[in-house]
Amino acid sequence: MKKKKIGVYICHCGGNISDYVDVEKVRQAVEGEDIVFLAKTTMFACSDSNQREMVEDIKVNNLDGVVVASCSPKLHLLTFRNVSVRADLNKYTYVHANIREQASWAHSDNKTGATEKAIHLVKAAIAKSRYAEALETNKVKAIKSVAVVGAGVAGMKAAISLSDKECDVVLIEKESFVGGRVAQWDSLSTTTETGKEMISRLYNDLIKRENITILTNSEVIGNKGSVGNISLTIKKTPRYINGSCHPEDLKRAIAICPVEVPDEFNFRLTTRKAIYKNYPSEYPQTPVIDLKNCTRCGACEKVCPTVDFSEKEEILDFSVGSVLMATGFDSYTPAYGEFGYATLENVITLPQFKRLIDTQYGKLTYKGKEIKNIAYIYCVGSRQVDGENTYCSRNCCTSTIHAALTAKSKFQDINNFHFNRGLRTYGKQEILYADSLRSGDIYLQSYEDGLPTVTTEGKKTLVKINDILTNGRKMEVEADLVVLVTGMVPRADNSVGSLFKLPKGRDKFYNEIHMKLRPVETVIDGITIAGACQGPKNIAESVNSALSAATKSYSILSKGELETDPLVASIDPEKCTWCGACEAACPFDAILKVETDQKVIAEINNTVCKGCGMCAPVCEPDAINLIACSSDEIMSMIDALA
Amino acid sequence: MADLHKNSAKILVFSTEKISDPAIDMAGLLKLHYPPTVYTITIPCSSGIKSSWILHAYQKGFDGVFIAADGSDCVYGESCTEKTGRLVGKTHELMKAEEIDPARLRMAAICSVCSESFVKQIRSFNEYLLKTLHP
Repeated sequence: MKKKKIGVYICHCGGNISDYVDVEKVRQAVEGEDIVFLAKTTMFACSDSNQREMVEDIKVNNLDGVVVASCSPKLHLLTFRNVSVRADLNKYTYVHANIREQASWAHSDNKTGATEKAIHLVKAAIAKSRYAEALETNKVKAIKSVAVVGAGVAGMKAAISLSDKECDVVLIEKESFVGGRVAQWDSLSTTTETGKEMISRLYNDLIKRENITILTNSEVIGNKGSVGNISLTIKKTPRYINGSCHPEDLKRAIAICPVEVPDEFNFRLTTRKAIYKNYPSEYPQTPVIDLKNCTRCGACEKVCPTVDFSEKEEILDFSVGSVLMATGFDSYTPAYGEFGYATLENVITLPQFKRLIDTQYGKLTYKGKEIKNIAYIYCVGSRQVDGENTYCSRNCCTSTIHAALTAKSKFQDINNFHFNRGLRTYGKQEILYADSLRSGDIYLQSYEDGLPTVTTEGKKTLVKINDILTNGRKMEVEADLVVLVTGMVPRADNSVGSLFKLPKGRDKFYNEIHMKLRPVETVIDGITIAGACQGPKNIAESVNSALSAATKSYSILSKGELETDPLVASIDPEKCTWCGACEAACPFDAILKVETDQKVIAEINNTVCKGCGMCAPVCEPDAINLIACSSDEIMSMIDALA
Repeated sequence: MADLHKNSAKILVFSTEKISDPAIDMAGLLKLHYPPTVYTITIPCSSGIKSSWILHAYQKGFDGVFIAADGSDCVYGESCTEKTGRLVGKTHELMKAEEIDPARLRMAAICSVCSESFVKQIRSFNEYLLKTLHP
């Protein structure tokens, strides 16, 4: 066998690797390996300039393969396989070593240890490279259909975008109505359209499309398969309303219903009945009965003939090629007593304040008292020094200023006092800040070690701060209402995320593979993420990510087939004695019993074999190996790591 | 390497590409430290590990072998858990025959987000191996 010639590239990753791993030492340690023709370090292996250099190196030196030691293969395995292809090598001759996630970052507390480990990992990759052969990819059918989980603004826009691409869509919403958080807002900062109007427009577009199936009151409860063919099990809870409910009948049913429960749509500021719609133009138009709180008194049945308690829960099965997650966010709930929350009656959160100003006309009142002076305390539950939420929630500064301006324009004699820790009204949102300053809003600022305090003196509620904008001067505002500017937090109910095993980042939102290079993909093949389930975003940012995720999900399936690695099992006919153990172990019926001239042996059906390797350990004569994961390769890697 | 061995045993991890690899990568991303003498070899499925590979690792000087198993999340089907358990049982028998402490082979199901669980398992395994092999 001709001795191979390979090139080895060790990446600094800016400083992500080289701050902890001595990359030059790694290079020197591996340059003497017998098959290594050249070994280089590079600042960014993935950069265009380095990729061009690799192609040139391969062509000029007639290299047989390449090893790159850099970040996780989840991020750049395909990048460097493509470099090999551009240099006329088969992509399976490329071998990757992960010295960032599994060396420099995992052992940033031990630079010597990280460097030693990186050397061993690169040597193991070189050992594997000795066996790396040119292979042809397999092709499997991909179902051209995407499940979009969550029918908020991101999910709805993603569904429309996929539909435009002539891709079937199943839009699954856990709640009874579509629209998510945006349906809760009236006035929006960047458009004259209200949140409700935006959702109505999108819904009217969605229902015109034959290739979109909308499921409300529905939850994904099971999933099987993998990218290209994912089987979903969906539980659909009945609305207990059969057919179109006449608005007058609904009015009577709501009036007669004796149940009163806190209304989550209005952030518990008000109550609702067990039969309800959140607002008249809400979609779907059919109301819903909340059976958890319904007493089954039967009063609504008497006035509304469409009420039907005989409706049963449905279990639906759908097969899709990809899943796009757009499950949104929760608003941070302050701790008991945090800036007077739940202990003082005139302290509310920003979402509650927005619902309050949206639902009131004439005078702004809260709990019967007219509101004039409003104190906004920023970064409650965000940028925490002691708590878990260390991140900035991005959208709350703009949202607060917009709400404050809306209150000022809608009601008379409103005075806004903003107790902030530095404002982040980025981009065009700066215009709102300028409007707020012009309108006379007062801004008072502190660092995280001098947060404002909320106290009471008699019937007065006082918000105090040492204002750093006036050289630490003590300032005090008598507030009629204190608004805690709460940010976005990940959904408390993560059942669907757990089902798909979606990884979360440090902030506990779903994590993309790379924030710049692969911003809507997850490490689970075929699952993309969009909107605020990935991290705090405003509507425009959510929509942008939704369109990006829709395009990515579609691009996976667009050809109707997927290329899969040809890493199947192979049988050594000399060693095989046909005992049937491999046939029993194979979950895919990929093992055939064949008779040759001399004997009966096992044969692999390559079109069915998935490359799991379950057949290999049960083979007593050790006649089975996985391509690219053979005993020779694994043992040579163990030798290199030892 | 001698200095490293004072606080860390040499452990070979068999990890799966789609399930436990993401968890081990995320442990690095989150800077959840574990001994640097823990090395990972990626395979498609934990039920495809051969006993001969594990025995080879001990022969080459590894103190322990850890199988970061797919468990019930395995993309190749539910039989993975049972089959991986069977190969671990078989390997334990072979280890006993060669007078190798069977506790030097550990298996735990590591899902794609089980970074903390992985690090906890590895630290505990490291402590056991140091106590029994490098007291």
